[in-house]
Amino acid sequence: MATLTLYIQYIVNGLTLGAIYSLIALGYTMVYGILKFINFAHGDILMVGAFIGLVVYQALLGTSASPVWMVAAFFIAMIVSMVLCALLGMFIERVAYKPLRNANRLAPLLSAIGVSFILSNGAAWIFGTQSRRFPYPFDNTPITFFGISITPHQILMLVVSISMMLLLAFFVNKTKMGKAMRATSLDQPTSALMGINVNRVISLTFAIGSALAAVGGILAAFDFRVYPSMGTMTGLKAFVAAVIGGIGSIPGAMIGGILLGILEAVGAPLLHIPNGLKDTVAFAVLIIVLLLRPEGILGKNEREKV
Amino acid sequence: MINFFMLILIYSGVYALMAIGQNCITGSTGMLSLCHAGFFCIGSYVTAIMCKMFGISFWLSLPVAALAAGFVGFLIGVPTLRLKGDYLCIATLGLGEIIRNIATNINPVGITSIPRASLFGYQFSSRNKGAFIILIWVFVLIFYILFQQLAHSRLGRAMNAIREDEVAAQSNGINVTKYKISSFVLGAAIGGIAGSFQTAYTLTVSPSSYTFMVSVMVLCTVVLGGMGNAKAVILGAFIIQFISYFQQLTGLTNIIPPQANQMIFGLILVVMMIWRPQGLLGRDKYRYGDPRTFKEKLLAVAKRKGGER
Amino acid sequence: MKILTTDHLTREFGGVIAVNDVNFSVEQGLVTGLIGPNGAGKTTLFNQITGVDKPTRGTITFDGKDITGLPAWKVSRLGIARTFQNIRLYKELTVVENVMMGLHFKVGKDPFHGRFLQAVKSYVFAQRENREMYERAMEWLHFFGIESHAQDFARSLPYGMQRELEIARALAADPKLLFLDEPAAGMNPAETAHLMDVVDKIRSLGVTVVLIEHDMKLVMNICDQITVLNFGTKIAEGTPQAIKQNKDVIEAYLGKEEE
Repeated sequence: MATLTLYIQYIVNGLTLGAIYSLIALGYTMVYGILKFINFAHGDILMVGAFIGLVVYQALLGTSASPVWMVAAFFIAMIVSMVLCALLGMFIERVAYKPLRNANRLAPLLSAIGVSFILSNGAAWIFGTQSRRFPYPFDNTPITFFGISITPHQILMLVVSISMMLLLAFFVNKTKMGKAMRATSLDQPTSALMGINVNRVISLTFAIGSALAAVGGILAAFDFRVYPSMGTMTGLKAFVAAVIGGIGSIPGAMIGGILLGILEAVGAPLLHIPNGLKDTVAFAVLIIVLLLRPEGILGKNEREKV
Repeated sequence: MINFFMLILIYSGVYALMAIGQNCITGSTGMLSLCHAGFFCIGSYVTAIMCKMFGISFWLSLPVAALAAGFVGFLIGVPTLRLKGDYLCIATLGLGEIIRNIATNINPVGITSIPRASLFGYQFSSRNKGAFIILIWVFVLIFYILFQQLAHSRLGRAMNAIREDEVAAQSNGINVTKYKISSFVLGAAIGGIAGSFQTAYTLTVSPSSYTFMVSVMVLCTVVLGGMGNAKAVILGAFIIQFISYFQQLTGLTNIIPPQANQMIFGLILVVMMIWRPQGLLGRDKYRYGDPRTFKEKLLAVAKRKGGER
Repeated sequence: MKILTTDHLTREFGGVIAVNDVNFSVEQGLVTGLIGPNGAGKTTLFNQITGVDKPTRGTITFDGKDITGLPAWKVSRLGIARTFQNIRLYKELTVVENVMMGLHFKVGKDPFHGRFLQAVKSYVFAQRENREMYERAMEWLHFFGIESHAQDFARSLPYGMQRELEIARALAADPKLLFLDEPAAGMNPAETAHLMDVVDKIRSLGVTVVLIEHDMKLVMNICDQITVLNFGTKIAEGTPQAIKQNKDVIEAYLGKEEE
């Protein structure tokens, strides 16, 4: 019984972690769906998002310390960070990827590696390399029921990420722009012929993906702290989540993220993986997934037309 | 200042070797690999371990380093090289980090006070940079010639064909998998040799010096010079190392932080891709029209020189 | 004599049957046309035979050997060369280098050496090998009359010449059987006329040709045999005259043009 509770506890932890992975994975998947390339800089956008959130949040906290204001400040910081990251994402797309849309396949990838390097080192220049704590907006005493404890910030993470995903699902499935986005990912030239402004759709995709990454970055910062290279590992894990779910598929990214979160939370204690080797195992899982099922659970197996 | 200039010459030699390897993988065969730091790491460790723990000469460790890095390249290559561009890039990134993680977990400090390399009784010490510059650039020249020969042979052409179009290459009777693996192994082996020289110069190895950043710098070197052009890649190595040591060279260490250089490397990748994807020197266009053999060409050159005299 | 036969060849993609139980055969020394509406499975059939893709069921026999499921590079070494519907040249290599790639496995082959030794030999004696390959490649460029472009990058050639260069590259491998996938697509009438001459010349070299083509004038003029596919199934085969009068073909394909 005790072990069962323990595992349910792990699964709860995994769910909150997974929700964050899902948020970030959505950015990878949406961009891949439309441009068929992996936005290497996505992980660094989440880092930028976390830093912007932290800076704004701390600035706002300085003005008042009432508990209601703290929560409000958190959400204001989150929204500011989302808006700025969306702009950043659009800017990066415009400057570094758009000119390469018709270049050979390696070009946008190399450009993305360059952007990732600029962002992470720029942040290290401005903020230094040490890691910072992201303060909780409210008291974080765990709530326990039936032996399973969940902290208020875990609830916050779940609520925020799930509502973001619901919003995205609504946007993609029910609005005209969402439909344009799906059409573009299916067939770009035809969509353009149907009067869809493909450039705007791509811009919007980057904006949404980056805004979600900003939220993911802020939520991840509770657990992992904020530092310039935080995007690499979190970003890579989210990328694995996107691949597991089938890259290019939006529901796939959501499922993949949650699955990966639970796997990580349950698997690490179950297999007694030492802390120092955690990243190694994560990379190994990444490579195994890429080799065994590159098309993922919900992805389509795309073949080159000869 | 002259000291830093010599340091740049040494490190551009080491990076030129690595870039020749990366160029074989990325420039010739068109595979975007991001684990050159890993091969570099293996080469360094092999030399460090052989020289320090077994007292074996540096010169013997050199081929072993190449073989070890090549072998790891083979192990990495066989499963991953069937992945397409983006996925290969991420998988190799992961493998490069795995190599470094393993090194860190075994010994986070690394190995220090490794015995010096010597040749005919002459000891290459870190203080005497001149001798080291000659040593490393002789090897750069040797590998440059070896890889130029490869690039202009049937085998190198097949690699280029794979870069241009895999399906067409297959239909021309090229065993694509075999060529890809061979190219990857060769590139990895040169990375190992570069690592060997790095150890021989610094006489210490530490896992923290084989980060992802090294792989990106090597990639940057190749992209800046010109993919598939060995001459250009060596020029690239020199420029990248110059940027790397710019602060030390100009005495601005306190004003410009090291992150600025790395941002420049990132910027180079973006800017080159947009404005000059073929690199500074562009592709190496080899004219096959000259029907003379190498020997005849040499004789012709000799004759011309003689005539001038 | 049949140089190539497929036996109940089938290829399924998920639920879609692209090639359905096709018995296709090619007579040695003739020009065989493969026609059918778009999406009839012609290119898929080519891909199965040349090893670019593997069939779901059925066998392919070439020159008395079973080549079903062999990888493309082995198939091409047995003497099957091909061109592609959407030209696949090595764009960043020069024209002569493209043709030299066609010679890749022809030159420097030595039955007494293993593969590794062969590679070492190719490396050490690259210059000698290059000279031999260069001369043979130039002969092929001459055959097509594009030798003056030998040192240009393949991507800089005009469209019609790119098609010819692709054929030259395929022919350089000295194939017994040559597959041309829509060689006249996108060509103007003058270029098409030139192409007809080229195919005639290829036939006189003793190479068996199979071609997919939508240009009916070209097909009816140069083909000795025609096979018609529709929805992945073979609906007719025979001489051009017979095909012209075949009711099924007219219904499935030619009839549409008269509407």
